[in-house]
Amino acid sequence: MTQKAMTTVETGTQVARAKTGRLTAILDSEIWLGRLMIAPAILYIVLLIGFPFLLALYYSLSDITIGSRTMSFVGLKQFKAVIQTPLFQQSLKNTLIFTFISQALVLVLGKVLALALLKNFRGKWLVRLLILLPWVAPISLGTIGWLWMLDSIYSVFNWILRAVGIFGPTTWPIWLGVPHLAMGSVIAVHVWRQLPLATVILLGGLSSIPHDLHDAAAVDGAGFWRHLFQITIPLVLPIMIVAVLFGMVFTFTDMIVIFVLTRGGPYDTTQVLASLAFFTGIMGGDLAEGAAISLFLFPVLVAAAFVFLRIARRAEVT
Amino acid sequence: MPAVLRRLKRLGARGSHFGIVALFTVFAAFPFFWMVVTTFKRTPDLMNTKNNPFLFNQPPTLEHLRVLFFDTLYGRWLWNTAFVGVLVVAITLLLAVPAAYSLARLTGRGGEQLGIGIFLTYLVPPTILFIPLARVVSNLGLKDSLWSLILVYPSFTVPFCTWLLMGFFKAIPRDLEEAAMIDGYSRFGAFVKVVIPLSIAGILTVVIFSLTLVMQEFVYGMTFISFASQYTVSVGVPTFLVRGDVYFWGSLMAACFIASVPIAILYNFFVDRFIAGFTVGAVKG
Repeated sequence: MTQKAMTTVETGTQVARAKTGRLTAILDSEIWLGRLMIAPAILYIVLLIGFPFLLALYYSLSDITIGSRTMSFVGLKQFKAVIQTPLFQQSLKNTLIFTFISQALVLVLGKVLALALLKNFRGKWLVRLLILLPWVAPISLGTIGWLWMLDSIYSVFNWILRAVGIFGPTTWPIWLGVPHLAMGSVIAVHVWRQLPLATVILLGGLSSIPHDLHDAAAVDGAGFWRHLFQITIPLVLPIMIVAVLFGMVFTFTDMIVIFVLTRGGPYDTTQVLASLAFFTGIMGGDLAEGAAISLFLFPVLVAAAFVFLRIARRAEVT
Repeated sequence: MPAVLRRLKRLGARGSHFGIVALFTVFAAFPFFWMVVTTFKRTPDLMNTKNNPFLFNQPPTLEHLRVLFFDTLYGRWLWNTAFVGVLVVAITLLLAVPAAYSLARLTGRGGEQLGIGIFLTYLVPPTILFIPLARVVSNLGLKDSLWSLILVYPSFTVPFCTWLLMGFFKAIPRDLEEAAMIDGYSRFGAFVKVVIPLSIAGILTVVIFSLTLVMQEFVYGMTFISFASQYTVSVGVPTFLVRGDVYFWGSLMAACFIASVPIAILYNFFVDRFIAGFTVGAVKG
């Protein structure tokens, strides 16, 4: 009886020893440890990005709605139907206008600001903190600040412009209620929000240019513009592309500024693809059509990823 | 004469530099300044177009703050955001730290490609994934629960944080781990005892970065949750406080300012590391 107990204990410890042996073997083998350590992250990404993405593709080929329990495969019907609606065409156009104008402004202004911040001056840390605020603050909340400043009656801009004398006492622009003004306002707020990121990225690039180059150019008598276009811009080009790339992706797929400021109005003149997908798929409950609309965002992402990969490869080679 | 001219020119350059910096600073910070001003103004003062909006035409008040904290769910939303934030940060670290180390040291040349692949999933935006995920969340029984956000938010923190940490781990000299392994640590033990303590700065960056992303997230929060008491602050304020025709501007602006500025100040200390991650070593130039 006791003997039997002894042997079980012994085999038990043997098993335990064998187990720890295998465990330490895994912990020491680079390949297995590597796989083990990366597996949870990969699994998570596959389940929560890969799988939903495939599901979006699948939905867009079906007729699913928010309450339906069954769905049937309808092929490209959703895409065909969506493309033909004037609302979709308008939203696509708005998305392109919104993206290109705001990114062009962000790039030019970001470049100017980065050049200005390259110099050292007193209080620079405070300036940098303030300039970063719009990027770091939750965008939906920052945008509410603008909603108040662009209020149709109590807008502080109206007051200032009236005080300066640009507006007469009867001028009451409704910033968010007239088509062109609304688009302008939405773009302005988006530029406000994205400028910090572009500026800081460009600043990183500018400060990595070796000082000798600037000195050499100065000795050779290069003026400001020549210096800018023949030395500064070519050298920071890869970084500028990265800044534009992220800006494009974030802008093209963003709906927050528009949702808070205009909800796509007036008359859908600020409706973009992302907000249209939200209103159709979630508010309207038509998951299939919403998914189809949102997938029109995808080509831009593929293009961005492609450029990004090329830059990453080039950075590796040099 | 030329000396005077040169001095004038230098003064002009300095003036225009100051002007540019000042203009941009005002553009960036004015909305936040305006939030503070609005917070302390009485409603009749705000709602009189004859008043100079830059002056306190009536004595300042704390009434809007009282309304915000005692008559709305704002405190609850802040708490919800903190709760989701802490758990998402924990999940992010658990997934991203080992993955990043694996990519930096253990998977060799293929690791680089895999790392870029993981980073690129960061570019897939919520506005493509929210429709299928809404269905997934409701099938899991998580609709209207903060746990839906805790489940989904790491999908945008993990890819970027893995990438960021990979850079940090690569910067640590291999010799240190090898020395630890000669001292009898296993490979994994060397990682825990040597590499992690040396990467605290990187891990802290990832923590701050994840927290800001959680605070900013809007699309998933609005899609998955429709109970006011379960909102996070970035969703609750715009959807619940802005409703109907009556805007409580004072309380709204207070809500926006309080949730925006502290995290921004914290973030400011880490922004350089964060940008280094964004630019993929394109900086090497």
